[in-house]
Amino acid sequence: MILFDQVSKRYPQGHEALRRVSFHIERGDMVFLTGHSGAGKSTLLKLMMLMERPSQGQITVGGQNLNRIPSRQIPYFRRHVGVVFQNHQLLFDRSVFDNVALPLEIAGVAPREIGRRVRAALDKVGLLRKEKMTPIQLSGGEQQRVGIARAVVNKPPLLLADEPTGNLDPELSSDIMRLFEQFNQVGVTVMIASHDLALIANLRHRVLRLHEGAMYEGSMYEGQLGSKPPVTSLKQPTNRGRSE
Amino acid sequence: MKDYKGGRGVGRGASAPDEASAVREHGAQKSRQTNEVQSYLSHHRKVAQESIQRLRQSPLITLMTWAVIGIALSLPTGFTVILSNFDQLGANWESSAQVSLFLKHEISEADARALAQTLKRHPMVADVAVITREQALADLKKQSDLGDVLGYLDSNPLPHVVVLTPTPASANSRSMASLRQSLENLNEVDRVQLDMLWVERLFAMISVIERGAWTLSLLFGLAVLLVIGNTTRLAIENRREEIVVVKLVGGTNAFVRRPFLYTGLWYGLGGGLVAALLVTVTLFWLSGPIDVLAQSYESGFRLSGLTFGSTLLLLSVSMLLGWLGAWLAVRRHLDAIEPT
Repeated sequence: MILFDQVSKRYPQGHEALRRVSFHIERGDMVFLTGHSGAGKSTLLKLMMLMERPSQGQITVGGQNLNRIPSRQIPYFRRHVGVVFQNHQLLFDRSVFDNVALPLEIAGVAPREIGRRVRAALDKVGLLRKEKMTPIQLSGGEQQRVGIARAVVNKPPLLLADEPTGNLDPELSSDIMRLFEQFNQVGVTVMIASHDLALIANLRHRVLRLHEGAMYEGSMYEGQLGSKPPVTSLKQPTNRGRSE
Repeated sequence: MKDYKGGRGVGRGASAPDEASAVREHGAQKSRQTNEVQSYLSHHRKVAQESIQRLRQSPLITLMTWAVIGIALSLPTGFTVILSNFDQLGANWESSAQVSLFLKHEISEADARALAQTLKRHPMVADVAVITREQALADLKKQSDLGDVLGYLDSNPLPHVVVLTPTPASANSRSMASLRQSLENLNEVDRVQLDMLWVERLFAMISVIERGAWTLSLLFGLAVLLVIGNTTRLAIENRREEIVVVKLVGGTNAFVRRPFLYTGLWYGLGGGLVAALLVTVTLFWLSGPIDVLAQSYESGFRLSGLTFGSTLLLLSVSMLLGWLGAWLAVRRHLDAIEPT
């Protein structure tokens, strides 16, 4: 589903955010991406959403080489990737329902169909009764769940999340993670960037670690950073996540 | 399977087809084309309504923008209406152009009438009248204070005059010049006087004013573009966050532009209506004095206002300007907003 091959990203100011990163994520996997802030997690997610382009290397998502997608095709690509943001990126001037409906409206789904699918998504995140409220009336955890509903309403095969539990207390955080696991169980490939190591340790999924722009493979049980050599080639199979 | 307008989805090109999503998407595929057109139209309707809603949320700004556009458009519109009135008036004057033939003194009244009969058959002549010297003298005595002086004259110094009215088709300077030439060659004629010069001067003035009106229209049209462009730019700044989110979840530039273009259209429509109102009220206000003026000239002239057709034209032009102004602003400011 996701293939990074020797990907580097250097920003115009000279900062090298990613250095020759290679990894492969199978369809249906659930993977965590960890690392200190500034380690390159956000950059990696931005590359997958085509918010940024790599300086070097190839990225393949869903069989499509992202380098070959021209700018004007980017919107159509993004409709097939659900993204959950740390700051939710909700619109406060409209209702929960309208926030979740936005991707469907953009994709040109018929109005009747929109109602059905938005309610299905809200039901899944447990906010069906709050569809008429505005996001400002909701708690932080509820806002994040609206963000998740919006990310999955289009039924994307790939779900990306950038620090989805960043501002939540531990109990709410594990609720959110369980939600992601549920989507993963129906076949959605999930990739979550998070620095909440304790939370990740409880969930036995594959973990990718970024340190100063380089990628290390390993779960939390293997101790500190650098316990394994950096993954710079695709030769070693790294499918440690749940298999289908 | 599930791809929108040329979108090659993540789901495509994958090795193993996801059974669950295949089942899910089977229903969605049904009659998708009609659905797509339907939802496209309903989206347009929704955006149009929402943009009106937004205008109503800030009524003061909306009314002020309409007023600015309306005032800017009312000047060229008013000019155009007045010019079309001039044209109508000018047509009357043109047909009232006359040629006076002052006959030689020795020509008798009978000869003058015979000449008139001959001239009446001329293809460029619509009507002929004879003013005898006695009649002319009587008119002169009546119209001027010279009555007493004229009484001292031994004989009538005035000649008989034949007055020609040219046909409307030949009432232009070129035909009149050739007509004049042929009339001057007649033996009976002493002098030919053409009452065309002032009409020509009038038309020259009208064409000067016409060019002025065009220049005004261009300048004020440009002003409308700038006003709407600037208003749109502010609206874009206010909705920056929303634009970013829409682009993040796959909104195309066209999708993001649409509400702003509709807003421009409504600004144009409102401005056009204000302009039509201003012009109509002004013309109504002017019509009283103009009626008095026309009556004093014994003219049946009435000031004509905006016709239905020209009102439609005004509204179309103003809506087009609104749309164009918004489009220019959107093109410049909106496509540059990208999520970071």
